[in-house]
Amino acid sequence: MLELIVISTLNGVLFGMLLFLLSSGLTVIFSMMGVLNFAHASFYMLGAFFGFQLTKWSGFWPALVLAPLLVGAIGMAVERYGLRNTHKHGHVAELLLTFGLAFAIEEIVSMIWGKSPVDYRVPTLLDFPAFTVFSTNYPAYKIFMLAVSVVIFVALLIVLKRTRVGLIVQAALTHPHMVGHLGHNVGRVFMVVFGVGSALAGLAGVIAGPALVTQSDMAAALGPILFVVIVFGGLGSLPGAFIASLVIGLVQTFAVALNGSLASAFGPLDPSAGPSVLTDVWNVTIAQVAPIVPYLLLVIILIVRPMGLMGTRES
Amino acid sequence: MRKLTLAIAVIAPMLGQPASAEDTIKIGYIDPLSGGGASVGEGGLKTFQYLADELNAKGGILGKKIEIIPLDNKTNPQESLVQAQKAIDAGVRYITQGNGSSVAAALSDFVTKNNSRNPGKEVLYFNYAAVDPSLTNEKCSYWHFRWDASSDIKMEALTNYMKDAPSIKKVYLINQDYSFGQSVRTDARKMLGAKRPDIQIVGDELHPLLKVTDFSPYIAKIKASGADSVVTGNWGQDFALLLKAAADAGLKVNWYTYYAGGAGGPTAVKQTGLDHQVFQITEGFANSGNKAAMDYEKAFRAKVNLSLWYPRAVNEMRMFKAAAEKANSIDPVKMAAALEDLKFEVLDGGQGIMRKDDHQFLQPIYISSFGKLTESEPFDEESTGWGWHLVSKIDTPQAMVSTTCKMARP
Repeated sequence: MLELIVISTLNGVLFGMLLFLLSSGLTVIFSMMGVLNFAHASFYMLGAFFGFQLTKWSGFWPALVLAPLLVGAIGMAVERYGLRNTHKHGHVAELLLTFGLAFAIEEIVSMIWGKSPVDYRVPTLLDFPAFTVFSTNYPAYKIFMLAVSVVIFVALLIVLKRTRVGLIVQAALTHPHMVGHLGHNVGRVFMVVFGVGSALAGLAGVIAGPALVTQSDMAAALGPILFVVIVFGGLGSLPGAFIASLVIGLVQTFAVALNGSLASAFGPLDPSAGPSVLTDVWNVTIAQVAPIVPYLLLVIILIVRPMGLMGTRES
Repeated sequence: MRKLTLAIAVIAPMLGQPASAEDTIKIGYIDPLSGGGASVGEGGLKTFQYLADELNAKGGILGKKIEIIPLDNKTNPQESLVQAQKAIDAGVRYITQGNGSSVAAALSDFVTKNNSRNPGKEVLYFNYAAVDPSLTNEKCSYWHFRWDASSDIKMEALTNYMKDAPSIKKVYLINQDYSFGQSVRTDARKMLGAKRPDIQIVGDELHPLLKVTDFSPYIAKIKASGADSVVTGNWGQDFALLLKAAADAGLKVNWYTYYAGGAGGPTAVKQTGLDHQVFQITEGFANSGNKAAMDYEKAFRAKVNLSLWYPRAVNEMRMFKAAAEKANSIDPVKMAAALEDLKFEVLDGGQGIMRKDDHQFLQPIYISSFGKLTESEPFDEESTGWGWHLVSKIDTPQAMVSTTCKMARP
């Protein structure tokens, strides 16, 4: 039992940090620009495929730097030539633009790399078990992912809260004209913020690609859970996203470990009732519905605390 | 004048159509060509197109050319019915489909209704991959023929192999939570219980289909249970991610699978380093040792650049030709009658038969393991350098289960 608790905690934290890695860029873009970027998971996918391709050409470490830069550049282009023009038509237009972009990117990726998974592997330098707990290995690569997440979290917090750059970026959201009059190029600020957010998604892609399956539908598979993380944590709150990622990772992991069902808690239904929808519901274990639990959390938090755990806005 | 041109525009294609329809046999291929299942659907399409080209090069069937018509169903039963109707309206009398038992059940039902309402315009449904046993049991239809072994036949063969392996003591079941995964789990429990009552089922897990991103919690549970073997029907990313998580955690057990050879599977297995500890159950495979089949595999790979993942599609198309020649007609009604109890030498060697009672094709089943290749095994998978190795061949009589099908015959 102790073994399962310790291992589940570790697994939960590791998965949670992966979620944070994925959602940090989305949070930055939303909190800075008020744009809910539906194509965020697609930038993450681009990062994974660029990482795969560059790894083939130049090895993993250059890819780790180059791929996010490439994705960031694409993100900046999207902001400059797409979002900036639609901005004056309001949030719905922006949302639709990113929504369409997500489909376009998926099609392009499957045209170039095909629809089957590509063989993207963990770099040999990190391909060894870092430590062993109760005979279960923890690969060094996962620890590397954890470290990158923590570094990104701390770095983002410092930049946004403690530096002049962060000050200008935050001011540009609420008082764009004022910031403009002070001599800053507001358009460029937004472009860079969007680029950084996209680059973070790209970085998450390069890192998560070898750990998960890199294929053309990976964006569609991970997109929904990212929205759960940022809404649960509070729209636009970086610490909120951090905590939400951990909570969701842990909840989901522990749910898998639990074999309990209504039947085991209260006893099985009268067998003479025969198989019916009711007995099915009664016998479903928590483990069986574990991956759905985060969405349940999302619904609950929207009812109880619409601004999310650490959000400040009502919307 | 406008009315006249309109009339010509409407009538002309009608006059032209019957002539062209007689020259070709159109087969509607209904499978996912976009969305999450696209990689699987595309592989199937290329296989059928290759088979059609091959038959056409040898003069077609009864002198008629075969044409494969791709129809995208997005793995959705409702969309499949729309595509099936579209195909029938375009003159298609044969439909083939494989991915997703829910789609198969909907199509089987649709074809049956269509045929009772449109006598003289019957349609046959050739199922090459949907393995839910109910399709040839309580939901069986005269117009449905299945070339893949149903999941209970595969489990029968697999447990016949497992019962003779004394090292297996504790088995863990992990499956996707839908009709196919559930039938794997119940069949495994039932058959292992009957054949090897001493084997302990130490875990029986169902997880949502294609929704899990991290399988490490499941691996932790398998490890905690002390299992020495895992039985899983998982396919697609659910299989690849499961094996990756196992590789990361260093879980060393034997894996008994249905679809380890699917896209991404071999790569994931290679990563685990489990040399010849992952087993797969199929109706044929690349290194089966049968010369004709291996020559075929070589030619197929050279042209299509894929492994031949569907030997049953080869059997299906060849039997289609054999049945047409037996009936001396390509009329679906006569074809269906000719297919019943048709004996056929399958691609990988051995005799199969299309059972009349439920239209399930009975054939030899192979158990193979994935690992380093020997000199007589030329084919690797997904450029991993590893490939399939024959472990056991189960002949047709040992790979049969009874059917509860009560078929309404025309």
